[in-house]
Amino acid sequence: MLGLTGVLGFLLMWELSSRLGLVDPRFLPPASEVVAALVGDLGLGRFWVAVGQTMQAWAIGLAVSVVLAVVLGFMVGSSGFLRRVTNSTVEFLRPIPSVALIPLAVLLFGVKIESSLMLIIYASFWQIFIQVLYGVADVDNVAMQTAKSYGLNSLARVRHVVFPTALPYLMTGIRLAAAVALILAVTAGLVIGSPGLGREIALAQSGGAISGMYALVLATGLIGVVINLAMRQVERRTLSWHSSVRSEAIA
Amino acid sequence: MNALKRFGYAIALPVLLVGLWWAASAGSTSIFVPRPAPLAATFVQTWLGDRILSDVLPSMGRLLAGVLAAILLGVSGGLLIGSVRWLRELTEPVLEFFRAIPPPVLVPVLMLLVGITDSMKVAVIVSGCVWPVLLNTIEGVRAIDAVLSDSARTYGITGRARVRYLVLPSAGPQIMAGIRQCLSIGLILMVISEMFASSSGLGFTIVQFQRSFAIPEMWSGIVILGLIGVAMSFIFQWTERRVLRWYHGLREVENAA
Amino acid sequence: MQPEITDPTTRAAGQALPAGQAMLSVRGLKKVYQTDAGDIEAVRNLTFDLRPGELACLVGPSGSGKTTLLKCISGLMAPTAGEVLLDGKPVAGPPKKMAVVFQEYGRSLFPWMRVRENVELPLKNQGVPKAERARLVEDALEAVGLSHVPRSYPWQLSGGMQQRVAIARAIAYQPEVLLMDEPFAAVDAQTRADLEDLIRTVWKKLGVTVLFVTHDIDESVYLGERVIILSSSPTVVQEDLTIDLPADRDQLNTRALPRFTELRHHVYEQIQLAKKGHRPAAASDTV
Repeated sequence: MLGLTGVLGFLLMWELSSRLGLVDPRFLPPASEVVAALVGDLGLGRFWVAVGQTMQAWAIGLAVSVVLAVVLGFMVGSSGFLRRVTNSTVEFLRPIPSVALIPLAVLLFGVKIESSLMLIIYASFWQIFIQVLYGVADVDNVAMQTAKSYGLNSLARVRHVVFPTALPYLMTGIRLAAAVALILAVTAGLVIGSPGLGREIALAQSGGAISGMYALVLATGLIGVVINLAMRQVERRTLSWHSSVRSEAIA
Repeated sequence: MNALKRFGYAIALPVLLVGLWWAASAGSTSIFVPRPAPLAATFVQTWLGDRILSDVLPSMGRLLAGVLAAILLGVSGGLLIGSVRWLRELTEPVLEFFRAIPPPVLVPVLMLLVGITDSMKVAVIVSGCVWPVLLNTIEGVRAIDAVLSDSARTYGITGRARVRYLVLPSAGPQIMAGIRQCLSIGLILMVISEMFASSSGLGFTIVQFQRSFAIPEMWSGIVILGLIGVAMSFIFQWTERRVLRWYHGLREVENAA
Repeated sequence: MQPEITDPTTRAAGQALPAGQAMLSVRGLKKVYQTDAGDIEAVRNLTFDLRPGELACLVGPSGSGKTTLLKCISGLMAPTAGEVLLDGKPVAGPPKKMAVVFQEYGRSLFPWMRVRENVELPLKNQGVPKAERARLVEDALEAVGLSHVPRSYPWQLSGGMQQRVAIARAIAYQPEVLLMDEPFAAVDAQTRADLEDLIRTVWKKLGVTVLFVTHDIDESVYLGERVIILSSSPTVVQEDLTIDLPADRDQLNTRALPRFTELRHHVYEQIQLAKKGHRPAAASDTV
């Protein structure tokens, strides 16, 4: 209730600062105009194509990084030797900013979707990979020894002991990666010009369609909110299943 | 012996990878494939001359200014919003929205509002980096232990002393997690703001190399961005371990139990 | 169902002293929590006084509003009606002359400060000069037997030791009234016996007024000069009992005294009555 007041208050402040000329209305059109432009966009095929392109890159990139990170994460995480050997390399590669790869992506793929994918996969991979490593490291020694003493082989141990422990970490990683993937999907469009909302924003800005640009910015924010909410929902579902299974096992 | 072993583990894979790269690229004459030795030479030639003063240091300066301002704003705003319940409820959806906006779209927005200047680039960094610090601080302040808070009150620790001895240290782990995100977003925004709208700086220079097909130089640019990222990460981790020594110790004790 | 001890030292409703003689006075205290599901009356009407230098224990069945009462006395929470007087002055916020030791030792010490800094912080905040601060901290740590660990962090210590740090912090603060909210409920039995003796020793040495809340009947009889038994919620004073055990107490001999057993038995019966919803006649007319 109070939150709704906050949103309305924010829109009102925006409207007034533009109408009263506190900010040049050419550069910051009133909220009502921007919202109207956004509503107008919702009826346009072009807008939905751009949303579709962005979301396609987001989904493919996220899916690829989940698969890569899960496979490599469980492999590296389960072996003390691999963990020790790769640690320095991971710590070195992880902080390299994804945008450093932009020139390389342009060189390799031009303005195609592959450029976006390369950036998305690189950035999201580390988010998930690191969480999987934490998760695998968190496995309870007693549970592991119990599994061994009952003669579970290594595959069965991963399935029944390691995976359930690492699942909450994996979900956290995916939630973080989903946000990062959206950032890069939009960035790629904005900077490289690969198709999607980012490119539409850059075009609107250079074409002087200022209200249109703000409407698209608003749209990316709303997509971000939807992704965050959806991911939290998915996380809660998966984890409630997880904890109920666990409490059942304990009882 | 133990230290030697650890050093061995740390160095083995990187040496192997560079060795492989060296061997695989040895016979190559394609300008698209970078080779270790020439890349190192290009790196020194490209970045350790005039460009340090004209591009690297100004970029780093803007990054530093933006990140510091974002931390200052985020922590002080977070302390305020986190301590006042109605303010928190009032601002929550708006803040969640701002956090969800992909920060790079702020570049064209601020280009309009501020113009293509140095302060625009700093403003882009601040407006993108402030959210993780702000939201994490709010969360940290909100999560202060009730018993600890009561203890402080019964001993008359209120007002500024409360912020200094109770609120800030207690929210410390959360704030540091926010700062970590803030740093990586800051680096990204520094590069993007220069790629998008600039005539100098790291991002601009690297894109220029790519556009003019100066491929070895472009590779050296990727390397320098990587090095900056790695250096920032190491400085952060070093600082974090110092500031939050108590926290890591506490966690270890809890995990051992 | 008459209790078997009917001597003049026991009476329903709390002892009220003439004005000016009490260190701590609780007068007609009432606390109603307002929730979405309606009002919940936690404490109905509590009146009792503590003489300066007295050690009183407060026992009651679980859920009898002990913690609510303590929060009102310590000024952390405002009562719905009635008042708390410390040395004759009404308590509106946490008063300076009062220190509280909470049950959750792990959550009442600052984990980012070393033992010494934890004990020192309230003094530093009061602007006590450095030299005096050092002396007070030293003395307090020595009194609880912790002079050897000032550089440790609280979480590096065992539970009992952490609670000692919290007690040292309270002592160093030099309160006139020390409130303890089930301080030993979360430590093991042996440590608990040591800490009980520590409280008796500290109390005798400093002459501080102590209000010790507990749900443990043995503990209340062993520690207190007086035991105030609370009814079940909504809370009133079920009985105010003077403990006429010798002042020098020790875990073996005191607990073996026939009188200890009698008193313990009596308190136990009263608590059972309270659980069944029995209320003293005096309380019903005050609603």
